[in-house]
Amino acid sequence: MDASAPPPRLRLTGITKRYASVVANSGIDLSVGPGEIHALLGENGAGKSTLVKIIYGVVHPDEGEIAWEGRPVRIADPNAARALGIGMVFQHFSLFESLTVAENIALGLGAREGIGELTARIEEISRRYGLAVEPSRHVHHLSVGERQRVEIVRCLLQAPRLLIMDEPTSVLTPQEAEGLFDVLRRLASEGCSVLYISHKLEEIKALCEAATVLRGGRVVGGCDPRTSSEQQMAELMIGGELPVAHRRAPLKEGRASLIVANLSLPADEPFGTHLRDVSLTLRDGEILGVAGVAGNGQKELLAVLSGERRAPAADAVRIADVAAGLMGPAARRRLGLAFIPEERLGRGAVAEFPLTENALLTSYQHGLVRAGMVRFGAVEAYARQIIARFGVVAAGTQAQGSSLSGGNMQKFIVGREVGTNPRVLLAAHPTWGVDIGAALAIRQALMDLAAAGSGVLVVSEDLAELFEISDYISVLSGGRLSPPRRTHETTVEEVGLLMGGRMAGAARQHEARGVVDAA
Amino acid sequence: MHELGIAVAIVVATLRAATPLMLAGFGELITERSGVLNLGVEGMMLVGAAFGFIGAVVSGSLLVGFIIAMIAGAALALVFGVLTLSLMANQVATGLALTIFGVGFSALVGVKWVGMPLAGLPGAIWPHLSTAPPLVQQMMLIDPIVVIAILVPFAAHWFIYRTRGGLILRAVGESHDVAHALGYSVLRIRYLAVLCGGAMSGLAGAYMSLSYSPMWAENMVAGRGWIALALVVFSTWKPAWLALGALLFGLVTIAQFQAEGLGVAVSPNLLAMLPYLATVIVLVLISRDATRLKLNAPAALGRPFHATA
Repeated sequence: MDASAPPPRLRLTGITKRYASVVANSGIDLSVGPGEIHALLGENGAGKSTLVKIIYGVVHPDEGEIAWEGRPVRIADPNAARALGIGMVFQHFSLFESLTVAENIALGLGAREGIGELTARIEEISRRYGLAVEPSRHVHHLSVGERQRVEIVRCLLQAPRLLIMDEPTSVLTPQEAEGLFDVLRRLASEGCSVLYISHKLEEIKALCEAATVLRGGRVVGGCDPRTSSEQQMAELMIGGELPVAHRRAPLKEGRASLIVANLSLPADEPFGTHLRDVSLTLRDGEILGVAGVAGNGQKELLAVLSGERRAPAADAVRIADVAAGLMGPAARRRLGLAFIPEERLGRGAVAEFPLTENALLTSYQHGLVRAGMVRFGAVEAYARQIIARFGVVAAGTQAQGSSLSGGNMQKFIVGREVGTNPRVLLAAHPTWGVDIGAALAIRQALMDLAAAGSGVLVVSEDLAELFEISDYISVLSGGRLSPPRRTHETTVEEVGLLMGGRMAGAARQHEARGVVDAA
Repeated sequence: MHELGIAVAIVVATLRAATPLMLAGFGELITERSGVLNLGVEGMMLVGAAFGFIGAVVSGSLLVGFIIAMIAGAALALVFGVLTLSLMANQVATGLALTIFGVGFSALVGVKWVGMPLAGLPGAIWPHLSTAPPLVQQMMLIDPIVVIAILVPFAAHWFIYRTRGGLILRAVGESHDVAHALGYSVLRIRYLAVLCGGAMSGLAGAYMSLSYSPMWAENMVAGRGWIALALVVFSTWKPAWLALGALLFGLVTIAQFQAEGLGVAVSPNLLAMLPYLATVIVLVLISRDATRLKLNAPAALGRPFHATA
């Protein structure tokens, strides 16, 4: 090695972190050069989050050394990390909803400067990097993309020399993501290193110069994403061959099983979204994908479809030809509705219940209860059947919900809902935070269900997923739902524009086509 | 001149009646803004009243009495803090237990002092009261604690909205996880807020037993701690509304005394209910907008914090 070459910005040697029952990181070596955009790849539970928390001083390693620009350091807490020049943009934004942008940034800086001076500095940085933020606005008014810009500006104000980005594009439209990449490339060209955590391989190929792959808490390999194929990187991540999803046969036009007609509903929360004149039709055997960045009315739409909120009129929501708008969740389930909510524990399942009781929760109307008495044998068999069919990793049918990993719990919930043979299935972000293997199994289950004649409505932020499984795609933006487009007739760019709220012009063109499609 | 005298008397009496609520209410406001719900205000006030009275009599100094009361209130709050913050006990249950404990404990400690006058101490906090002209005598009833109570809302507003400490306090109450991720010590900030609340409650209690009605009697706080709690919630955690609520309570209390004095043919028990009822009704009307309530409420209120990472 050339003696005059600068030391790496950050070098980790033999980092190990154990928790009570698991080893989260085991002997991890990682080196990030100055001005390098370095990808950290891995499935959920591979140890990525623990590792970046160690770098940012939130977690302390049990063993191993951290060297910053050639000098060994101990990072006691996030303040120490920031003092070194490490900035971090969190996956779930670390912003306070009820405070203003400037107040949020002041809290993150830890510097004792007045809001006035700070505002001037925020404006300067945001001009320099083209990151539009308004210091005096309250965070709860901001879109997700704007919130991320606030986080980035907050980091940049500390003139970081290493910026950690944790799954930064999971909540962005494709266009916003492209804008983010420009900023990151510009930062790298100015000498700032970037540690980029993601599982979106196409992004890593487009952006990063080096990659470290983690699996089961260990480094299993490194590669140059510019020359490796996505297939190779994915197989490194999952440690085996990538299973292939089977596309089902093209659909026949089925009967409408879920109809929403001109539904408008005010938000019931201060930071909620009003639904505005939403109409949709879901037919038997069809998968309708609802794309859009979270916070554009997804929660509200799902609540009014599942029955957690009542529609203003019975006719606004029709399930299997019954006006169901005023029915509660149980009544709607009796009509053949099933629902996979976004939060696994707390809404989809009870953390403290064993899997058998969690299976019973929504399936009791399907032969598991006789004369008001629970048939425990049948429940047990049903839970076992779900576990077997979906390869749920659990310590038996009596395992508590909270003991399962997120992906396994989700597989169990999907299995439970699919197992009731619903006429209509609502799935909210079904593969969010789920690893590649489990995500494939879940998508396959949704496609199989549709092939068997059910209607499936999938709300997701993952465009690749929607394009893979949906027959039609609509976009929810600002509480309005765009008319459905046949998946193979639209493009990611077009959907991305709709997600960004450019409905007005585009929507009119679509309307004509939407009608043709429906006819 | 006479009318001016009456007006001054009403204003002074209102301020005096509002003082305990102002002090205890703002203590609780600070506590709740940090995300901790301490339902023990009534208990802390009673303990403050008892210890303040005993301290003043034993030491012969009102100042010592007030300081001991604040320490006693803070000590009780510290117990609450250890239970709910460090041991993560349920805040509602612990707060209720704290009030029950405070009621009993203050009665036990104060049993020898019931009915005893503040012997050996000046009749009021300002000396030479009796020689001043009547109007000045009225004004003199505004003792230093009342002055503090008048300043507290302004100080609290300035602290919460204008200082970095207030910003951190609001941040911790809004989301302890985010505050923790940014490197703030959530527990330390919450302990400080809880102790502040306890000391303020103790002071409020001592004001009751040393100035408002200078004597000790069992359960003499008479529900003011609960009203202070209700004021904080109904004021949607805003200093200005909280101050207004406390003043309203003071005013209706005075109106009640006047009505009793004029011999209104209503049961005195019903009249005694009036300040509580009026305060609650007005504030319920103010805060019936659920959206605003949610928007202003500290989002992490009552949720225990455990640093998972």
